[in-house]
Amino acid sequence: MAELKAEPAAGPRRTRPLSPHLQIYRPMLTMTMSIVHRITGAALYFGILLLAWWLVSAASGPNAYANVEWFMGTLIGRAVLFGYTFALLHHMLGGIRHLIWDTLHGMEPAERELLTIATLVGSISLTLVVWLVGYLAMGGPR
Amino acid sequence: MIGQQPNDMRTAARRVRGLGAARSGTRDFWHQRVTSVAGIPLTIALIVIVIALLGRSHAAVVQILGSPVVAIIMLLFILNSAYHMWIGMQEIILDYLHDDKFKFLSLMANTFFVIAVGLACAFAILKLSFGV
Repeated sequence: MAELKAEPAAGPRRTRPLSPHLQIYRPMLTMTMSIVHRITGAALYFGILLLAWWLVSAASGPNAYANVEWFMGTLIGRAVLFGYTFALLHHMLGGIRHLIWDTLHGMEPAERELLTIATLVGSISLTLVVWLVGYLAMGGPR
Repeated sequence: MIGQQPNDMRTAARRVRGLGAARSGTRDFWHQRVTSVAGIPLTIALIVIVIALLGRSHAAVVQILGSPVVAIIMLLFILNSAYHMWIGMQEIILDYLHDDKFKFLSLMANTFFVIAVGLACAFAILKLSFGV
């Protein structure tokens, strides 16, 4: 990946130097969270199939809807839904962080670490709050 | 100047226009920001709607999802998300796939997937709204 060799500066198609990539750097929280932002984005990309399944079933009729309700009630269904909730909230908060950075605010070392930690703590606690409210709305776990 | 030939009369802008891995400029970058800002209130609204529908009967879910305000919010969420995830997956593909054949096949698959899922969701909501 890292081609740092000095090529002779002749010919229009000479190999140009590339900047060093991921494996060169010490892993940091901001870097990890940047990767997680992309992973949650990719997860949500396929996770929207759950939303599509839910909506199409609701539009199809009571029997199809009962199947979705059954699956979401299973342990695997709940785990997937919990992961989807976390990915959604993490990607949303990570997105807000990136929007703040887009305005060139919060770029100092301490500030960007704080924003990154806030994203992590915020997304975990918001996920728990959403599920707590969800269970309360249903009148307790079923 | 990169690749500048002695007798080249083209301007610098002419030579960079239409370049970049996707052969387009900064439009996608900007549209990704626009859809991310729109996505914040829409995501919160989606979560509220889903919580409000938890554990309800099919008839109640149909009635609530089909009511105009809820249906409009859901449609906005889906259309906004579809465009946002189309750009996002395109960015991932362009970052990791360098072979032209796989790259353009993946970009095509991205478009097909997003349109299919987006249309399925939108159709379902419209059907819930208009009955039949």
